[in-house]
Amino acid sequence: MSDRQSSNAYWQANLRIIYGCIAVWALVSYGAAILFRPLLKSIPVGGTDLGFWFAQQGSILCFIVLIFFYAARMNKLDAEYGVDE
Amino acid sequence: MSQFTLNLLFIGASFALYIGIAIYCRAKSTAEFYAANRGVSPVMNGMATAADWMSAASFISMAGLIAFTGYDNSTYLMGWTGGYVLLALLLAPYLRKFGKFTVPEFIGDRFYSPTARIIGVICLLIVSITYVIGQMTGVGVTFSRYLEVSNSTGLWIGAALVFCYAVLGGMKGITYTQVAQYVVLITAYTIPAIFISLQLTGNFLPQLGLFGTHEGSGTAFLLKLDQVVTDLGFREYTAHHTSTLDMVLFTMALMIGTAGLPHVIIRFFTVPKVSDARKSAGWALVFIALLYTVAPAVGSMSRFNLTATMWPGARTGDTYSQPAVSLDSIQNDADKAWMRNWQVTGLLNWEDKNGDGLIQYYNDTAAPEGPLAATIEEQNLQGNELVTVNNDIMVLANPEIANLPGWVIAVVAAGGLAAALSTAAGLLLAISGAVSHDLIKGTLRPNISEKGELMAARVSMALSILVATILGLNPPGFAAQTVALAFGLAASSIFPVLMMGIFSKTITKEGAIAGMLAGIIATLVYIFTYKGWLFIGGTNMLEDTAANWLFGISPASFGTVGALINFVVAYLVSQATEKPPAEVQDLVESIRVPRGAGSAVDH
Repeated sequence: MSDRQSSNAYWQANLRIIYGCIAVWALVSYGAAILFRPLLKSIPVGGTDLGFWFAQQGSILCFIVLIFFYAARMNKLDAEYGVDE
Repeated sequence: MSQFTLNLLFIGASFALYIGIAIYCRAKSTAEFYAANRGVSPVMNGMATAADWMSAASFISMAGLIAFTGYDNSTYLMGWTGGYVLLALLLAPYLRKFGKFTVPEFIGDRFYSPTARIIGVICLLIVSITYVIGQMTGVGVTFSRYLEVSNSTGLWIGAALVFCYAVLGGMKGITYTQVAQYVVLITAYTIPAIFISLQLTGNFLPQLGLFGTHEGSGTAFLLKLDQVVTDLGFREYTAHHTSTLDMVLFTMALMIGTAGLPHVIIRFFTVPKVSDARKSAGWALVFIALLYTVAPAVGSMSRFNLTATMWPGARTGDTYSQPAVSLDSIQNDADKAWMRNWQVTGLLNWEDKNGDGLIQYYNDTAAPEGPLAATIEEQNLQGNELVTVNNDIMVLANPEIANLPGWVIAVVAAGGLAAALSTAAGLLLAISGAVSHDLIKGTLRPNISEKGELMAARVSMALSILVATILGLNPPGFAAQTVALAFGLAASSIFPVLMMGIFSKTITKEGAIAGMLAGIIATLVYIFTYKGWLFIGGTNMLEDTAANWLFGISPASFGTVGALINFVVAYLVSQATEKPPAEVQDLVESIRVPRGAGSAVDH
């Protein structure tokens, strides 16, 4: 059963990384760009405010970073648990 | 060289390139036809995914949607990119490990039920067919505008081209033509954007120009834009005007809808390894972002240019510091030739209502205030005189509005066609795969030979092209509303069932089927209640206004609620039914682990 335990631990570790990434994903889009935009009103960015920048530029850039971060973390995790190809 | 010759040259050259690639990349087996033999590099696949994903809607319509609404339509920018995070984290790697060819095939195997597979096929067909109609219409419009042929001739030329490379090459041919199409479309989109950003803000990068300084007036560009549009009685560009709840739900519906679109998901079946699927989603988003971060600049700058064409004073000083553009100038001046060109298409029109020889453009649907009220009084205005401005001309007419050279216009024409054709081909592949692999091989004739299946795939592809072309020739009146339907259905049926199939071992076949049906039906009923049954005008039971919507949720945003209903129903029904068999639990175990994907091609 050690095989199954190890794959269970691998899956739990994967889930933790996913939770973290999803939290950031929600924070930069729903958070900074929509819900918290009024709170960020005081931070000016070129004729408007930070929330507008997140809505039209920032969130997309963060999404890219998130995917590459996840891919890199998972490559490391795959190697740790010996499930890489 | 005339503009027509230039257009012909650029479009013809791009078509010759696509056909050349198709002949070079013919598919010889089903593995090549459905999944390009799983030999596509992650970067190439990312580029192909970007072309596959960015349709006529992204290329032609999106900047216009943002231009006339401003901040509120940022939902499209976030929604159509954020979905890739979900794809990379929650779906693509596991479905790649599963190692089969179609999305319904996974649903059928994981939920050990041919019925679930058939429901998956039905969802896929509705989503993909509604989507492909829009692409074909886009091809027709672009052809008729730039090559001076009739709409239907344009459509048949487009259909013949897709036939050549999609039927011959399958996924393999489509992948490499999509790579070429991506290059064409991104060049076409960014060149005019760079020129316009330089003209208006002196900034070479549109992404920075958007937040830069307007050269004519020395104020921040977005401040200037806000000032000009509010002067004319329109709503402030950068401010939030809609319901926050609806904005969140709409963004979410677009995100999970994107992640659930079958023609996007199958692109990740073409890479060699699970780790490549993750990386490839990142590359796809990089290539998509090259257009999506430019789009808001194109939108705002073309809105400014259009407004400043109508009120020349806005270029350097106060909006009303000079009189509005004269009818004489529109009809005769060389720099207004684009207005006359677009008037012919019916997408732009004007009318001198008060007969003063000037064309005054302003918002006549709200009570006027400040300088606008004074101007209306002074010039005896009888209503907005720029009577038609279609969203779509903001991208297509952009180079002409900014007086860019003729070859830029020709490149934009080729780019619009590349965007529409690449998406159409991807959709047609998803449709033909569902028909030949899931319906014919999976259900009707399981013993069909490899050769027979390849032939069936080609025939169903040819038939789908025919159906799409005929629908494109006679677009049902609801073409514009089908986007809501496609995303609503993908969000409420396909995304939840795939996610539960991967992340839960306890969801049963009864749970999955009940969940999918509940999700789709709830979403369909909600959309039809406000838009009319099957979109037939007059059959809607409630008027489509915010006051009538349930909790202020618009029909287009309801996919998020449909997805929630799907999750809840599937969970509850699974609690009450017998657990999935051991081999299904083993299947879930195996797709969660990357090792072995390379050899998992068992077809």
